[in-house]
This record gives sequence, C-alpha cells and structure tokens, in this order.
Amino acid sequence: MPEPHPSRPLTGLIDYGAGNLQSVNNALLSLGESARIVRTPADLEGISRLILPGVGSFGDCAANLDAQDLRKPILQWLRKGRPYLGICLGYQILFEESAESPGVAGLGFLAGRVERFAPHAGLKVPHMGWNTAEPTDPSHPMWRSLGDDSPPWFYFVHSFFPVPGDPHVVASHTLYGAPFASAIATGGLWAVQFHPERSQDNGLTLLRNFLDHTKAPSPGYETPSRVP
Amino acid sequence: MLAKRVIPCLDVTDGRVVKGTKFVNLRDAGDPVECAVEYNRQGADELVFLDITASSDGRETMEDVVRRTAERVFMPLTVGGGIRTTADMRRMLLAGADKVGVNTAAIHRPDVVDEGSRAFGSQCIVVAIDAKRNDRGSWTVYTHGGRNATELDAIEWAREVTDRGAGEILLTSMDADGTKDGYDLELNARVSDAVPVPVIASGGAGNVEHMISVLREGRADAVLAASIFHFGTYTVGAVKEELAAAGIPVRPVMDRRG
Repeated sequence: MPEPHPSRPLTGLIDYGAGNLQSVNNALLSLGESARIVRTPADLEGISRLILPGVGSFGDCAANLDAQDLRKPILQWLRKGRPYLGICLGYQILFEESAESPGVAGLGFLAGRVERFAPHAGLKVPHMGWNTAEPTDPSHPMWRSLGDDSPPWFYFVHSFFPVPGDPHVVASHTLYGAPFASAIATGGLWAVQFHPERSQDNGLTLLRNFLDHTKAPSPGYETPSRVP
Repeated sequence: MLAKRVIPCLDVTDGRVVKGTKFVNLRDAGDPVECAVEYNRQGADELVFLDITASSDGRETMEDVVRRTAERVFMPLTVGGGIRTTADMRRMLLAGADKVGVNTAAIHRPDVVDEGSRAFGSQCIVVAIDAKRNDRGSWTVYTHGGRNATELDAIEWAREVTDRGAGEILLTSMDADGTKDGYDLELNARVSDAVPVPVIASGGAGNVEHMISVLREGRADAVLAASIFHFGTYTVGAVKEELAAAGIPVRPVMDRRG
C-alpha cells in the first residue's frame, strides 16, 4: 500500500495479533487515509500518530504488546504527548489493571482500573449496541460536528469499562446501569470505549476529527491547527 | 441509554440475496452488498448475513461478500450459516465480520462455542437457536432450518451456550417464522430472563406492533426481520419512528444522503 508523502503525517495502526484491524483500516481508507500497520518498534519510524484498536482480552493485549516489544515504545510515545487514539481495548490497556485479567499489568499510563459491569435484572452484559456519549466539554475537537443538538450515538460492545483515577481526563460519560467514562482526552491522547469504525457517520466523523486534529507534522496538537 | 436495535437480515446463497418463507420457496432478490449499503443508509443498527449456501465454493463467495460489504458499510455485521470451526470463524472475522453466528455446529460440538469465545472474545460469538413449541409446554431446539428436532430444551440450551461463552443469542421461533403473525413473546421472555447476554428476537415480524410487543413483553434486546424490510413494507427509519413513538428507546435515524 503506498504511503503518503513524507511531509504528510503518517498514521500507524498497531497490530498486536488479536484485534481485527481491517474494520478500522477500512474506515480510515474511506476517509482517504492509508495507515501503516505497526507490528514492531521499527515500524514506528516516521509515524506521527498512532491508533491502537482492539478486540480480545486485556491479558492477551498486554502479552502481545510485550511479545512484540511494543510496550516501552508506546509508553514513551504517550509520555511525549504524541497523538494516540485508543479504541476499546486500546483505551482499557492505558490503565493499570483490569478485572478481566487479574495480575496482568496494563500500560499504566493513566491511573485507574478497568472494572466489569455487574449483571443484574435488565442489565445485559456485554453492553452491546448503540448508546450515547455525553461530552464533558462539547467544544473539545473530538466532538466537532457531533451532537450539536443532542449527545452523539456510538456502537459499543464490551463487558469491562475503565474507571480513570483522574476525573479531569474524562471526555464523555455513557449511562449503562450507572454512568461510566466512555471517552477520555488529555493532551495528544484520545481514547474511546465505543467503536468509531462501526458507528456509521458519527464514527467516521470522530475518526476524521482525530486526523484533522493531528495534521501538523510536528506534535503541535496542544494548539490544534484548524484548517477550514 | 442503550437503544433497542433494529436488524435487517439478508439470507444469501451463492452471493445473491434470497428470502425464504419457512425456509423454502427461495427467491433471488439482489446483490447483498447493495442491500447492505441501502440498509446502512436507512439507519439499520446492525446487519446479519445468513449464508444458506450448500456448497463449499459458496463459502468463498460469502467471504468475498463480507469483504466487499465491510469496505463500504461501517456498522456491525454478523455472519451466520455454515460456520463449524474456529478456522471458519477466523476467516469471516478477518474478512470484516464483527460477529459470527453458529447454530448446528454448536449442537453437534458445543466446545466450538468455548473455543470461539476464547479465541476471539465472547462479543464475537452469537449462538443462533431455532426453537419450536412442543406438547410439553416448552420449546425444542431444531437444526437444519427447522427440519430436524434435537433432544435439547431451548431455555436450557441458551443457558448452556452462554455459560460456554456466547455473547448473544439469536432466537428464532420456528412456529412464527414466515407467518408475519408476530414473534413468540413467551419464548423470547423466557430465554431473555434465563441468560445474562442480549437476545435478538427473530421470526414472525409482520408489523411494528409485533416488534413493540417482543421488545416489551418479550424482553428482547433487538429485533431481526427480513421480508418486511426486504420487500419495502417498512424502511428501518419508519420502524424506528414508530418504536420511538411507542416509548421504546431507539437510535434516531439521521437525515442521510447518498
């Protein structure tokens, strides 16, 4: 697959073996974005924004990132505040640990733990289907052109949800039994529990927002360059 | 709030869409990829492809249909029919399906449910159950499109497969399927109460009142329908408007062009 001209930001899509990359890749392609598949630390060379999609378990994800020597480079990437979009497990793995895989260390970049929905009458687990994300700050670039009148709908499928230690990173709440943090944003890091690649127009808009927000070749994402 | 899902189902054989009435009298009705694009445009919440191809050549055709659909449609896609092993599951998931449905294969070898959920996660594994009322006041599981009875009780089987890791149940009433007289509400309610995972009600949809009933009294999480969508009796959007008017939580359909 041809990669864009070096002056254009190159998107890296992390393949840790368990996830189905193709749906995210298809969504990016529909937006005109040819991502590079990242399987080794060397693949990160020249990448200016990183997407970690994910299905599978927390433990498998951590083990595969370790097996591919990607844990440290991803952590360094995050510590530098470089653009990162985590989807589903790519969101959960940012935290310290998960009830899904006790004893397994996540990336631990963010304080907090991933908990399981407790099934009870009327609350099916997995949380599967379309639900709304209530932005904590609707003016954040993540939500551009989304939910101007009402909270945007996204497709969810998960049994576990992160509980961030720092409430300031929460970018949206979703109600399922009780409200949980369905998205976070801090510096160059965006992460969502829902699946933008499966959320029709809203999902494509969010992916487009991430690409637009990280257009600048240098990591100048703290002050977004908005091209009208 | 989590929305109740409206899911069109496309029966596919040799790469073409069909809609059977009680699984006979098949009628060719178009290109599945084009149908998927149309349902995406209408605001369907998910899509199910049911591959009823008999031949193994047809499997590759189905894989190609899934691949071409996933390139154009960004909504959850479930593929069922002819999936027997984790290798079959992997093929469909890599082609772009989000979930795979198993039915007969799970009955012949229930371990395939455990294996699939371990390999790909519970959320990928849908167990399809074809159930028919018996004279003991319960429901018996059938295979081969309702032709062959098993020894299994539908409620117990639903419990067993969710224990084994199924993330969702696609529940078809063989009594109601093709009748357009409404879903089997009691069957759906009993299964939905018995399992912790979502239940998709299937078989019998003739109008929106039937959907309201099965989402309410039947306690289903989603409704699946084929012919009422497929022959244009309703659009997905029209169904959702009526569901919303009845107080059922649905994801509203945006005005989408193209």
